[in-house]
Amino acid sequence: MNNQYETVFIMTPVLSEDQMRETVKKFHDLLVEKGAEIVHEENWGLRKLAYPIQKKSSGFYQLFEFKAEGSLINELETAYRRDERIIRFLTVLLDKHAIAYNEKKRTNKNDIPTLND
Amino acid sequence: MAQGESEIKYLTPIAVETKKKKYCRFKKSGIKYIDYKDESFLLKFVNEQGKILPRRLTGTSLKYQRKVAQAIKRARHLALLPYVADLLK
Repeated sequence: MNNQYETVFIMTPVLSEDQMRETVKKFHDLLVEKGAEIVHEENWGLRKLAYPIQKKSSGFYQLFEFKAEGSLINELETAYRRDERIIRFLTVLLDKHAIAYNEKKRTNKNDIPTLND
Repeated sequence: MAQGESEIKYLTPIAVETKKKKYCRFKKSGIKYIDYKDESFLLKFVNEQGKILPRRLTGTSLKYQRKVAQAIKRARHLALLPYVADLLK
């Protein structure tokens, strides 16, 4: 059974828009090639970082949500480490509540319960 | 005769602050998953130094406190929240 994962990575702000797109495409293709089924992707654009990473105070954020076998994660993270354009990454396994939350966030945002106080 | 304070009588009982019962805000609102990408939400569970607020202050149940802590730590890793801050709020 394939698990559903979510991965976010930060690219250096020195890239141009095209170079950034190319990096995103590289990882998109890598995922597809290794047999992952991409459920959702999001580009947050250039964002300010809460603290400097490698002396950079901003970065391009990219998110992928995908279904894949667990062995793919190791390959993906190795690719992240080898690519010097990636300054930070995080991959998490989504449980059933997380999948439901992400689904709702995409379709009807109003259905997500909030803290009301 | 020193009677002291016991001599003072009030017509209406003086307002003593009664402790409000704490409750878990996640259980009450039915939130099942805490998103680490939503930093404005997570800001409610850290103090102005960026430290995670203890359960004894927020009243969060243990189950959700663990999830809050996990989400905040993930957000810190992705530089969505600071590890250390002076004036966060």
